[in-house]
Amino acid sequence: MGSKETPDLKIILEFGAGAELLFGNIKKRQLSLNGAQKWTIAELLKWMHANILTERAELFIQGDTVRPGILVLINDTDWELLGELEYELQPNDNVLFISTLHGG
Amino acid sequence: MPIDCKAKCGNKAALKRPKTGDALCKDCFFAAFEAEIHHTIVSSRLFRRGEKVAVAASGGKDSTVLAHVMKLLNERHDYGLDLVLLSIDEGITGYRDDSLETVKQNRDDYQMPLKILSYEELYGWTMDRIVAQIGRSNNCTFCGVFRRQALDRGAKLLGVDSIATGHNADDIAETVLMNILRGDTARLRRCTNIRTGGGEDSIPRVKPLKYSYEKEIVMYAHYKRLVYFSTECVFAPNAYRGHARAFLKDLEKVRPSVIMDIIYSGEQLRFKDTAKKPVRGICERCGFVSSQQPCKACVLLEGLNRGLPKLGIGKKSKGDRMIAQQNQELALRERANLVKNDF
Repeated sequence: MGSKETPDLKIILEFGAGAELLFGNIKKRQLSLNGAQKWTIAELLKWMHANILTERAELFIQGDTVRPGILVLINDTDWELLGELEYELQPNDNVLFISTLHGG
Repeated sequence: MPIDCKAKCGNKAALKRPKTGDALCKDCFFAAFEAEIHHTIVSSRLFRRGEKVAVAASGGKDSTVLAHVMKLLNERHDYGLDLVLLSIDEGITGYRDDSLETVKQNRDDYQMPLKILSYEELYGWTMDRIVAQIGRSNNCTFCGVFRRQALDRGAKLLGVDSIATGHNADDIAETVLMNILRGDTARLRRCTNIRTGGGEDSIPRVKPLKYSYEKEIVMYAHYKRLVYFSTECVFAPNAYRGHARAFLKDLEKVRPSVIMDIIYSGEQLRFKDTAKKPVRGICERCGFVSSQQPCKACVLLEGLNRGLPKLGIGKKSKGDRMIAQQNQELALRERANLVKNDF
């Protein structure tokens, strides 16, 4: 008999103001991440890059973080107040990426 | 984990302001953002009671926030302004047609009259047709030159006292950088002005969001649930500005005050009297403001209508040669026709 499985970490990803165009034009998705490991925003970005970032990755990722000019909100709060890449995702978190890299 | 709002209102902070580094809750952020724009308007004496003001509206984030805040401040502080929306339809399928729907939403939401002027009616050409002629290399020149004049024409038609545009602090810092890189002293000296134009013959333009950071504009629109249009123009990856922009965003990450610092630098520049200064005049053909004779819009339009779309691109002497050559060819053909008819 296997050991009891850890439940998945369920979160919601949202994209706004054009950021969705880099992710198959899907504005909102539910994710079930492997609950056995810790998930920081840094880990999440790596996962996104590997799995769902379909178009021109350089417009979203720069080094190991998001490209400057993309705003990140976790549960509608600016990630700059939450530790940015080090923030540890919690069940049912909502992570929103808003692009500002377009004309006004 | 969440931090308290710095204003000690008892709420949790929602964002870090790039300009000040303060952590504020949504309500305190709204109050600060709006108060700063009010301060800009009052301290720079942008408007006078009773004036009619056109808000240049593209449907994008900046003009949407500008229209919202102008309406709100006009009522809150009793500016006594008559506000209207002015939009330009460049005729770009899949871009402007969609964004104009957003502007119409603004019109309904803010109960402001809307005037839409099209390149088609002003110049007889849509951008779609211009691009078909010129290709995708110099199309932004046409669009920019025509839009600038189209706003003037629209403002004249509406009889407004000034045009408010949505240029934000990031835009202005970018423009300062670009003008330094190009050595464009004429533009450098005026690009940080909060008010431009406004002599006897032109309608002044003002920038109430001059000191508002882009991040704050986007956060404001997001928290206020303002609907805006965010697609990049289908023709336009404006490459040069794109580089200046990426550079500025990288700098901002390291030092958020850099945007205000660059604007300040631009404001502090003084030019020697010997530096070349464009003389503002009136185009003898169309009667709108220009520092050249005829104005760039008229030259570009003449090029399109003559089937020489590159006429206004590059040096004037080159354009003059193109016209002379075409005139000569036309004259030859006409003479040939005459001979044929005689015979």
